[in-house]
Amino acid sequence: MSITVRYFASLREQLGRGEDRLEAGDADTAAGVWARAVPDRTMPERILIAINQEYADGDHPVRDGDEVAFFPPVTGG
Amino acid sequence: MSVSLHPKPFDPWTLLADYQSRLPAGRFGANAVFVGTMRDFNEGDDVRAMTLEHYPGMTERHLEDIVAEARRRWPLEDCLIAHRVGAIEPGQPIVLTAAWSAHRQAAFEACRFLMEELKHRAPFWKRETLGDGETRWVARNTEG
Repeated sequence: MSITVRYFASLREQLGRGEDRLEAGDADTAAGVWARAVPDRTMPERILIAINQEYADGDHPVRDGDEVAFFPPVTGG
Repeated sequence: MSVSLHPKPFDPWTLLADYQSRLPAGRFGANAVFVGTMRDFNEGDDVRAMTLEHYPGMTERHLEDIVAEARRRWPLEDCLIAHRVGAIEPGQPIVLTAAWSAHRQAAFEACRFLMEELKHRAPFWKRETLGDGETRWVARNTEG
């Protein structure tokens, strides 16, 4: 098992990839996953986070097998 | 209740008529509808095309949650959300929200709620192609 990290829209373009796979860490959080997946960039302030396709905060725990998504503010409708 | 994403152009009025024809006649006295279509201008620039990205799975689930919340808040007979994804041209419909209720207040309020919740929370992102061929991500919703 591992953690799937997904990026969407402008963030995906800026990072040049739509997905990363990480080994699960001890006491991982969404913000911790960002720090490991994108070590060269601070997590943007207005970023939205989803864990297993539900909105979550940066301090939400992440477990082995979870899908963590990061994306910019939404602009549908 | 129905939530649908459309990778190809759709006709909101046909969708609406087909959907309403399957609802029990006589059970509702009000149907409020919102249709959003693509403009050919934004923030002072000509816009010639747009691409709508979404998060497959989460987007559908989130729209279903919005419908469920509307049904908790108002006495509704039914609700409908349809949304385009992919490449869109000016003049094409982007979104349809509709609510059926016994009376107009619940229908109006729920239809507005579906649309506002969708705009603020559902994972969709617009990328515009401007008149000169430049592309840019839409950074924020316009007010109201």
